[in-house]
Amino acid sequence: MPLVQIRDVTKVYPASTRGGQPVRAIDGVDLDIEEGDVFGIIGYSGAGKSTLVRLINALEPATSGSIVVDGTDITTLPERDLRKLRLGIGMIFQQFNLFSSRTVRGNVAYPLQVAGRPKAEIRARVAELLDFVGLADKASNYPDQLSGGQKQRVGIARALATSPRILLADEATSALDPETTQEVLELLRTVNRDLGVTIIVITHEMDVVQSLATKVAVMENGRVIETGEVFDVFSKPELPASQRFVSTVVKGVPSASELAALRERHSGRFVTVSFRDGGASQSDVFLEFGREGIGFELVYGGVNEIQGRAFGNLTLELTGPDERIDAVIARLRERIEIVEVV
Amino acid sequence: MDVLVDLGPQFLEATLETLWLVFASLFFGGIGGLLVGLALYVTRAGNLFANRAVFGVLNVIVNIFRPIPFIIFLTAFQPLARTVVGTGIGTEAAIFTLSLASTFGISRIVEQNLLTVSPGVIEAARAAGAGPIRTILTIVLPEALGPLILGYTFVFVAIVDMSAVAGSINGGGLGAFAIQYGFRQFEPVVTWTALAIVIVLVQLVQFLGNWLARKVLRR
Repeated sequence: MPLVQIRDVTKVYPASTRGGQPVRAIDGVDLDIEEGDVFGIIGYSGAGKSTLVRLINALEPATSGSIVVDGTDITTLPERDLRKLRLGIGMIFQQFNLFSSRTVRGNVAYPLQVAGRPKAEIRARVAELLDFVGLADKASNYPDQLSGGQKQRVGIARALATSPRILLADEATSALDPETTQEVLELLRTVNRDLGVTIIVITHEMDVVQSLATKVAVMENGRVIETGEVFDVFSKPELPASQRFVSTVVKGVPSASELAALRERHSGRFVTVSFRDGGASQSDVFLEFGREGIGFELVYGGVNEIQGRAFGNLTLELTGPDERIDAVIARLRERIEIVEVV
Repeated sequence: MDVLVDLGPQFLEATLETLWLVFASLFFGGIGGLLVGLALYVTRAGNLFANRAVFGVLNVIVNIFRPIPFIIFLTAFQPLARTVVGTGIGTEAAIFTLSLASTFGISRIVEQNLLTVSPGVIEAARAAGAGPIRTILTIVLPEALGPLILGYTFVFVAIVDMSAVAGSINGGGLGAFAIQYGFRQFEPVVTWTALAIVIVLVQLVQFLGNWLARKVLRR
């Protein structure tokens, strides 16, 4: 049984204006998240990502469907038990949401105080956590004296205080600069690898999914439209909507306007070759063109790497006799995905 | 200047009466305003105990009574003061009505200051497993403490202002004193001395409030 199992869940908000339509923020979502996963949820803003994670720790109640966390269906639990559930699910936020009236130490201690742990235990645990996130020397500082990256480290320490099995990260790096983002991602990787915490990470940043997640779900209009291993979804998105999202983060096939610009400078035929590991290599393809005396020029594309596996889409301009080009394309099609761009 | 020396004891008495009027009203009105303000805040749509009916009723009550000029309020609520405190005149009756009137004003100030607490911070407390009551006591109120102190300082000055008309129901204080011994007896020195005392009092409290708020906000 997965650690988090979501079945046919909907979340409907009442209409904001009288006579308006109710808003279906989540619309029939099924999702399985296994223990130890780093599960990415991606999609444009407004797709329902934030609402979906808030259903998992019941900050928002689901309208219908079932959400089973660690064997318990949380949609039927009373509020008192939900508070206990939340002690087992940490959460970090885009805006950090630290308590400005409390020191770093006080922030990290808060969930432990809520859990009613004895003072001595809290003191020891807070010291241990601050050590873990590398902020032992900032214990007596207030949040407004910290940098963004430091604030998120405090957020992570606070979220981990009660040793939860699940960590929800809601755009946790979106307010940070690229360098700090990498530091925080590294910390989250450690949390997953060394502490065995299952992480559910919402993001619109390719970087985060690419370097952190093992599995990914793509959301649009309150639905999960595609889910799978990160490499599969990013290298070969099935649906047009996920292709569109992936293409905004992975440089691949030129858009119509980019194509028009390319046409002005190039007169030959365009083909897009998609490489995924396991198929033919780039050198095979180029060798084939060379052997037939077909001229080729790389005009668009890029190569990406996810979890040590490479994939890419390269658009080539081919020059030479049409029938020979056709023959080569037909031959290559048996081994690799190749599409003529018109 | 001799008149000041002659009036020395009355001056002292009037000053103490004003202090008593203002601090007692600030105390009772402060507690009442905090409770009503908290109730307005938590019952507002999307908040911890969102309740449209309760919020609507409270909101209307506060909107009706808050803007009433205090001199009218004082006389209009004399019967209520008589029922509650046993008398419709004097300092105690004035304190009762001052407390009631300031409850409405303070509740709005409390509500507005609590609304400045970021919803994200409240969400973080809930995500950490805190219930609504605990969230209010350990997060919402401490997070808003600095602005609340400044709000109460502002209220103190407003109550000093309101207390000046306590004399109209024989409530005493510097206002009544300035009218009786200064204005009516053509002794501007007395009026101006009363004024100076009020200025000193307000400055002291404002200074204290600013200092406390700065300490809480650490700026």
